[in-house]
Amino acid sequence: MSWNRLRLGMDGDGEELTAQETALYDRQIRVWGADAQRRLSKAHVLVYGMKGTVAEFCKNIVLAGVGSLTLVDDRVATEEALSSNFLIPPVESVYGGKTLAELCCNSLKDFNPMVRVSVEKGDLSNFGVEFFSKFDVVVVSCCSLSAKKLANDKCRKLSKRVAFYAVECRDSCGEVFVDLQDYKYSKKKQEETIGCDLKYPSFEDALSVPWRTLHKRMSKLYFAMRVIEKFEEAEGRSAGEVSIADLSAVLKLKKDLCIAQSLSESHVPDALLERLVTNATEFPPVCAVIGGILGQEVIKAISGKGDPLKNFFFFDAFDGKGIIEDISAK
Amino acid sequence: MASPPFSSCSVKDAKVLMVGAGGIGCELLKTLALSGFPDIHIIDMDTIEVSNLNRQFLFRQSHVGQSKAKVARDAVLKFRPHINITPYHANVKDPEFNVDFFKQFNVVLNGLDNLDARRHVNRLCLAANVPLVESGTTGFLGQVTVHVKGRTECYECQPKPAPKTYPVCTITSTPSKFVHCVVWAKDLLFAKLFGDKNQENDLNVRSSDGASSSENVEDVFERRKDEDIDQYGRKIFDHVFGYNIELALSNEETWKNRHRPKPIYSKDVLSDELAQQNGNLEKNNVCDDELSVSAMASLGMKNPQDIWSIRENSRIFLEALRLFFTKREKEIGNLGFDKDDQLAVEFVTSAANIRAASFGIPLHSLFEAKGIAGNIVHAVATTNAVIAGLIVIEAIKVLQNDIKNYRMTYCLEHPSRNMLLMPVEPFEPNKSCYVCSETPLSLEINTNRSKLKDFVEKIVKAKLGMNLPLIMCASNLLYEAGDVEDDMIAIYEANLEKVLAELPSPVTGGTMLTVEDMQQEFVCNINIKHREEFDEEKEPDGMVLSGWTQPVSAAENKDKSVGNGASPSDALVTAVESEKNDEITVVSTLKKRKLPEETDISCADAEAKHQKQLEVIDDEDDLVMLDGDLDSFKKRKLS
Ligand SMILES: [Zn+2]
Repeated sequence: MSWNRLRLGMDGDGEELTAQETALYDRQIRVWGADAQRRLSKAHVLVYGMKGTVAEFCKNIVLAGVGSLTLVDDRVATEEALSSNFLIPPVESVYGGKTLAELCCNSLKDFNPMVRVSVEKGDLSNFGVEFFSKFDVVVVSCCSLSAKKLANDKCRKLSKRVAFYAVECRDSCGEVFVDLQDYKYSKKKQEETIGCDLKYPSFEDALSVPWRTLHKRMSKLYFAMRVIEKFEEAEGRSAGEVSIADLSAVLKLKKDLCIAQSLSESHVPDALLERLVTNATEFPPVCAVIGGILGQEVIKAISGKGDPLKNFFFFDAFDGKGIIEDISAK
Repeated sequence: MASPPFSSCSVKDAKVLMVGAGGIGCELLKTLALSGFPDIHIIDMDTIEVSNLNRQFLFRQSHVGQSKAKVARDAVLKFRPHINITPYHANVKDPEFNVDFFKQFNVVLNGLDNLDARRHVNRLCLAANVPLVESGTTGFLGQVTVHVKGRTECYECQPKPAPKTYPVCTITSTPSKFVHCVVWAKDLLFAKLFGDKNQENDLNVRSSDGASSSENVEDVFERRKDEDIDQYGRKIFDHVFGYNIELALSNEETWKNRHRPKPIYSKDVLSDELAQQNGNLEKNNVCDDELSVSAMASLGMKNPQDIWSIRENSRIFLEALRLFFTKREKEIGNLGFDKDDQLAVEFVTSAANIRAASFGIPLHSLFEAKGIAGNIVHAVATTNAVIAGLIVIEAIKVLQNDIKNYRMTYCLEHPSRNMLLMPVEPFEPNKSCYVCSETPLSLEINTNRSKLKDFVEKIVKAKLGMNLPLIMCASNLLYEAGDVEDDMIAIYEANLEKVLAELPSPVTGGTMLTVEDMQQEFVCNINIKHREEFDEEKEPDGMVLSGWTQPVSAAENKDKSVGNGASPSDALVTAVESEKNDEITVVSTLKKRKLPEETDISCADAEAKHQKQLEVIDDEDDLVMLDGDLDSFKKRKLS
């Protein structure tokens, strides 16, 4: 088939989709339209922390056809890191000595030759505001609570809007946090076009909403994740560095937090905390679910099509529910 | 070390069958491999196409044309080299995949794109007593269901939405939507001009008294020897868009309450410039590859998302017709519409648009017309990934025999009760399901006029989805498909041509027929009821099959207004992720299964009338479940 340049229609700056893009993206253009596809192809995405869930996410947006994807994770590949990551061949001669970001980059490049995939080195907390200005979307994972908050604040300092996402999976549970700052979009309802305006709190502000003010049926996973996050922070550990040996300390912390927040302890079941500390490794089906939802949300934010979720998403394979919670100060 | 409910021990010994290596299949194979499944068999008859690559991530440009099952296997072995993956580049309906084949698996996982294959796999799973996890996606919507014989409903317990069909007269005489014009252009005009001449075709307008247009009309479509192609094109144009509309207009009765169409003649929309222009086009068509012949290219039109003017449509129409007769003459007489055939899509788009203009219906772009004509199902990678994750979660529960926690899960575009992923309890088997219970069906048919052949095609194959049927009346064999002894072939052939009442063992009102598919190990009985007349428009088969007794419904809920959230776009569809699906279109049937607490979810795997209480797993149960007291998980009992 010859790839003569067929235009799919032009927008203001004369960018156009090629016939190759039209053919490749045919099925998804039928879902979100040529305009959205063009916006996707101009978006730059930064990802920090290459575990299974993030690998799933990267696959999804590379397939969708973003402009570029930049990976950061200086950790050297270990067998454990590979357990739920399909981007890395589990052969020592291949992964030995290379960083996770480098290995994932090599695989992702193959998925879609039209997307530029590259690696940056460094620690999340050391990147300056200037660095974040190069991106439209920032996704962080596998790092401390303070590093997440700091990165979120740097994104917020920029004059342009950088969409920020924090994602974490433990055992058969997953959590996504979304900050689109002040997000305006329009949607069609029957014949009318309605303007929508969503105001997102920062990660820091969302987490400081007092627990007792949250609605009664708030996802228990929200509280459980905060307890473990707090524990890891107090111990100076990175996300996921917990084990069954920490259980009694985690349960003690939960008790203290519940008292401090005037929340009944029944909202943070011990059994749930036990699951989360016992098995910090990701459960591949949950990586697929969370990586899929995150991919969908990022595509929505870039394309301006569809209602983005505000501002937390939780999934627990035990009950199978995928729940959206809005946690922002009243 | 995983926690008990998802312990890996059940996975470690599992042998699973995946049917379909497409959009869901690629994601599923990856997630199964990562989750530690050691032995995976995968069947897919398809080869890889360019439009797969945006979501079927195991495939690359260089794989186009190769077997999906085989390439998927190789790709997954790169990151999980030590597991067994057995690919079959074959149709799941092939006889080698019989009940014994299915019996070797602990669970079957479907990532299919058509109703026919889904029904076939459902029956084999029932016969082999192997649990089935079924799935489907379209756009941002998706669903996963679990089917365990005797425990939950089977895939066919609820009648599936029938493929969308339109009354013949809407297509031939009174179109009101663009899709009617597309069907007319594709199934009537395209078929008439380029398809099999012996096929019946309703192209010519029927007047209300049922009389067809005069005999000599046939000659219009036949190109005379040495007839100039441009003249021929204009003759066709004037006949179908001009003369036929005039003819229809002459029937005043039809237009009493309708917008009157306006005839369009080529001279009105095109000046004489055209003849000259076409003469200069030859040099643009240097490529001999038939699928790259394009009227758009030769007219210098580039954007498939543009909506062409009536004049542009007319030029495309004539140019496409000319190209078929000059560049692809050999195929004329055997062409079927194919969405990947650029010239065919151009022809159908322009013809549909000109007809739409006649009837005051808004025109559409080629991109849109192609989607409608080709029944192209919208598909994105993210939904497939989510659905594949959910399939694996259900598969693990099935392996652990964790019946209480089986769920069907809907992936929604707009949250309902704050949920994007909504699990609900599976339904009990439908006691009057003709597939998983032994309830007989009944068939109204004119036993003096319908032949056995009609019964086999229209009922046994089309409605019952049988692949290799065998038909018995009492203990007499009337027909058998497949490997049959030579001396029987002639007898069966003769039987096929006989009307039911004149078969060696006559089939009349009150007769019970037994129809069996040996491969599916599926038998059903059909009570025959003789009926003299059928309504040609409403009952085009000339026979009516019934027997799905509607389940007792919570009908009181039916008329309540929708409480919250659920919008039409939440309608889920059964069939899906489809490339080759020429049968089922996006069936966004809006039916509601009622949820407690004033929540509605629209879902499409059941008919509108089917209403049952769905139980959403309640938040308050979380604690109970996490404490391990699974029995107090108060739910409707599975039988
Ligand atoms: Zn059934």
